Amino acid sequence: MFDYTFQWNQALARLPRMLDGAVVTLEVAVLSMLIGIVFAMILTLMRLSDSRPLKAIAATWIEIARNTPALLQIYMAHFGVASFGIHFSPFTSLLIGITFNNAGYLAENFRGALKAIPDTQARAGRSLGMSSLQSFRYIIVPQMLRISFLPMTNQMVWAVLMTSLGVTVGMNTDLYGVTQDLNALTFRTFELFAIAAVIFYIITKIITLGARLIASRLFRY
Amino acid sequence: MIEIQNVHKSFGQLEVLKGIDLTVSKGEVVTVIGGSGSGKSTLLTCINGLEPINSGKILVDGVEVHAKSTNVNALRQKIGIVFQQWNAFPHLTVIENVILAPRKVLGMGKAEAEAIAEKQLRHVGLGDKLTTYPSRLSGGQQQRMAIARALAMSPDYMLFDEVTSALDPQLVGEVLETLKMLAEEGMTMICVTHEMGFARDVSNRVAYFHKGIMAEIGAPAQLFGDPQHPETRSFLASVR
Repeated sequence: MFDYTFQWNQALARLPRMLDGAVVTLEVAVLSMLIGIVFAMILTLMRLSDSRPLKAIAATWIEIARNTPALLQIYMAHFGVASFGIHFSPFTSLLIGITFNNAGYLAENFRGALKAIPDTQARAGRSLGMSSLQSFRYIIVPQMLRISFLPMTNQMVWAVLMTSLGVTVGMNTDLYGVTQDLNALTFRTFELFAIAAVIFYIITKIITLGARLIASRLFRY
Repeated sequence: MIEIQNVHKSFGQLEVLKGIDLTVSKGEVVTVIGGSGSGKSTLLTCINGLEPINSGKILVDGVEVHAKSTNVNALRQKIGIVFQQWNAFPHLTVIENVILAPRKVLGMGKAEAEAIAEKQLRHVGLGDKLTTYPSRLSGGQQQRMAIARALAMSPDYMLFDEVTSALDPQLVGEVLETLKMLAEEGMTMICVTHEMGFARDVSNRVAYFHKGIMAEIGAPAQLFGDPQHPETRSFLASVR
């Protein structure tokens, strides 16, 4: 019944290629977070604005991002838009999909953080002669980032894991894509995916530990 | 000079200011007393334009606060306000709290802003707390920091909105001392307060607010010694 012979050497011989893939994975995750934070900030401001269309656009984005599968979002960013003649590379599609998802979740986190900051903070800024944008930028945003720092770390971990969905749009340079290609080549399925699992684990662990270190340096108050 | 002319202000159905007239000259200290809900705090937030008014006019040095053409951010640089809740910026140290507005609003360089901030913080007795975060300060210290923060903008007028109401009793004194010091230095001030002793000692004039109306205004000796309005009498009897 159990006649599988482990051949770790064969799988480990491919480790350098997998590590190259890990770099791409990290690249997509970091980019999707950085761009995602910017968009989340914009979505948050749109929600706070008095314009109903802006509010509606932001709400729609956030609702779709949070209530549909990430896989669907990435698929749409590749094959969905291709129906209209817009063609992105797998890398770009994956990046767009994850960024869209990140922005939606982060905007929701930012909203929660904003609610936790008393209105009187912005008022104090205004009373010192600062414009609303200045008090938002210098008084609200720093406090918001602290409150949403842990949820942001979670989202970063999630972004790393979401890169694995890239295989569905033909992505084969990231960790998961590389692993799948190697599997097709060698059929060392268990060994390869076990190694991939360990690499994913190490990446996300470094992110959480690193975030904790950054938080202790950044938020001394 | 601050000129308040027939100011009306409502929150929805509730009219909180029902035609206030008051002129405060340069160097004058006016304290406003009255029960809660009498509109005294609202008046302060209207003076620096944080709240719109329904009718009437407020002029600060001849500039109409609520006129569309008025640059309210520029105007607020002249009018410092300190609230009951001191609103320290928790993510900034004491000195960073104080230099933020001078740097971002007045465009001051770091060294210059820090020199001013340090001077103001020493002035209010916080010279040894420059790099402390507000969470490490007592309520009284945070309130004094808020005063220094407002003073760092070199305002011509200071508005104090029940600045001692949220403090523990033993911390009230240190904040009142700071206000007294400012008054003696000739700062033009409007203080909303429940501290009758302070109102009596420091002000040039005391105004009594009742249900959105300024029922009475006069020199402290007159208002406390010989109140004319029956409401003033019953209020003063109740707080004694």
